[in-house]
Amino acid sequence: MIELDHVSRRFGEQLAVDDVSFSVERGTITVIVGTSGSGKSTTLRMINRLIEPTSGTILIDGKDTASVSGEELRRGIGYVIQGNGLFPHWTVARNIATVPTLLGWDSSRVARRVDELLSLFSMKPEDFREKFPHQLSGGEQQRVGVARALAAEPGLLLMDEPFGALDPIIRAKAQEDLLAVQQRLGITVVLVTHDMEEAIHLGDKIAVMDGGKLLQYAPPAEILANPAPGFVEKLVDGVDRPFRLLSLSPVASIVEPGTAEGPPILETATLRDALSELLWHRRDALPVTAGDGTVRGKISLQSLLAHASGPA
Amino acid sequence: MTDASQTAAPPVPLTARLDRVGVVVALIAVAGMDWQPFATLKPNRLISGQGLSLAGSLPTLWAAIGIGILSIATIVAVLRTNAWLRLTTGIVSLLVLALLIGLVPATVVPPGNTFARVSPASGFWLMAFAFAVLTTDAIAKLRLGPLARLGMLAGAAVAVALILGSGHWDGLSILKEYATNADKFWREGRQHILLAVSSLAAAIVVGLPLGIACHRNPTLRGITLPVLNIIQTVPSMAMYGLMIVPLSLFAASFPIAAQLGIRGIGTAPALIALFLYSLLPVVANTVVGLGEVRRSVVEAAEGMGMTRFQRLFQVELPLALPVILTGIRIVLVQNIGLVTIAALIGGGGFGTFVFQGIGQAATDLVLLGAVPTIALAFTAAILLDAVIELTERRRL
Repeated sequence: MIELDHVSRRFGEQLAVDDVSFSVERGTITVIVGTSGSGKSTTLRMINRLIEPTSGTILIDGKDTASVSGEELRRGIGYVIQGNGLFPHWTVARNIATVPTLLGWDSSRVARRVDELLSLFSMKPEDFREKFPHQLSGGEQQRVGVARALAAEPGLLLMDEPFGALDPIIRAKAQEDLLAVQQRLGITVVLVTHDMEEAIHLGDKIAVMDGGKLLQYAPPAEILANPAPGFVEKLVDGVDRPFRLLSLSPVASIVEPGTAEGPPILETATLRDALSELLWHRRDALPVTAGDGTVRGKISLQSLLAHASGPA
Repeated sequence: MTDASQTAAPPVPLTARLDRVGVVVALIAVAGMDWQPFATLKPNRLISGQGLSLAGSLPTLWAAIGIGILSIATIVAVLRTNAWLRLTTGIVSLLVLALLIGLVPATVVPPGNTFARVSPASGFWLMAFAFAVLTTDAIAKLRLGPLARLGMLAGAAVAVALILGSGHWDGLSILKEYATNADKFWREGRQHILLAVSSLAAAIVVGLPLGIACHRNPTLRGITLPVLNIIQTVPSMAMYGLMIVPLSLFAASFPIAAQLGIRGIGTAPALIALFLYSLLPVVANTVVGLGEVRRSVVEAAEGMGMTRFQRLFQVELPLALPVILTGIRIVLVQNIGLVTIAALIGGGGFGTFVFQGIGQAATDLVLLGAVPTIALAFTAAILLDAVIELTERRRL
């Protein structure tokens, strides 16, 4: 668990981060979203002390980050930045081995770990180990960047606009990869982005920042349904709110008793998928089935629409 | 006439069949072969002599073979031909020139005459230049890798050494000057290299840390670079002159310094002047090289927990190395040239022969100093270019 307690950072006259407090649960993804100059990157960098807080404390698993040296702290935390920052003069294997080498792992353990990570990101170790970063595609570079950050098995991964330089298709793939890897390893992720859609898609919780202040810290559904007035409201305005909201809940959450005609919908599908089916087949309701085909009830257009609208 | 035009393939415009560099090469070669003297014959080393044409300075058979080969080479140069053929042609032509010039003394100097001097004249130099251009152009066209270029440099060195060792050129004036100065030649040569390399080494020892400090500290950079720039603009003559007074005073006030050989003239001022000239390229290229390392790379290194030293030695310096080496290359080539002038203040080096030669109006003695200096600078440039390219390979 990470706890930021009244953390501020001043650059000269400028208060870049202004009295920010929030805590991140272990094993979740927290996304800090904001425009440039909002203090989101500064907040992230204070967690691994690339930037020292002017005031306030940051605890990781109850331990004050200021109690160890910056280098030691950072070796225990994964860090991914935009444009990946791979070392161009080192091979993929040596890049991934950076932190394990700094920590003094023996070479056979390092080699095993490198192969393991390459496989985890579906890159054949024997094909990729000896390549140099400039021989990789943008998507591959990004994956190696994340693999490098995970090399020393950190419990916490910090990501600063990690997908910013990728084109939309590779970006979507990279986001899915991150979700899969996070779930598989159970790590805690704090990710910074300016993209609200990305935040809603990836975040278990979203922290919206503007002008150095934390405006709202809540799960995506809450942010969409009840945005804090002003900046947050404006931010979520542009992101197809009803559809976003629908895509956050499964069909099972509003299934009604009874039956209906037409092609059945899986209860694990999202409400957004259900709406799409209803509209396409011109039905007011469709049957809902479980994975094994048993009918669980029906889903109606009316209850769907009620779920998609904002507060009255 | 109509017959020929009917059977011939569609005509290719003449300009499309000509090689642009080759045309220039050919013009220079033809000018050298036909209009300029190939060698000069002087009654003794000081009196100006008479120019001899290629045909007039060689036995008829050799002259005919020489003119034949060089003419064919000129045609190969002028037409669009395969780069390997051009390279071979260039090398063969240079070898032919080297062999022909060595035959001249025996042909034109009567046996027993030890005063007469034969030296290559403008025609020889023009042709040598033309075919050297043909060779280097072919090397550039072939895009030979750094190792292949080093191989060619070694080949050229071996060829020159073999010709010198065989005594084929012993009749030429410059080697007669060498014969009377042999001991001194190697002594001054050692001194020349020592001055150039040790001032470079000192510049690296001081300049590299200074460059790193300037990279980190903009204030220091703002002071250091302009000062070094101004030093760089002081003409070398003036610089050596400026050294004399303070160093003399220094030596006079500190006898220990004088005992160590520090005086207003000699090696000490030469070394200091060269060192000062060397600082700017080393410092400036270190600053530029470190500045070009991508910000995200440095930040990633920091974010993964590298210490400042680890970052500097594992990431920043290796990535800046090609640019830093470029600075070192500039310094080495520049120093090899500048050492020549150091002879004026008693610093020694090949410049000694140049200034002695100027004093005695003996061109051949000037060449005895100038030719090895050029060869040294050329070798250093090729050597370091290859090293730079090898370090650049894996970076983007």
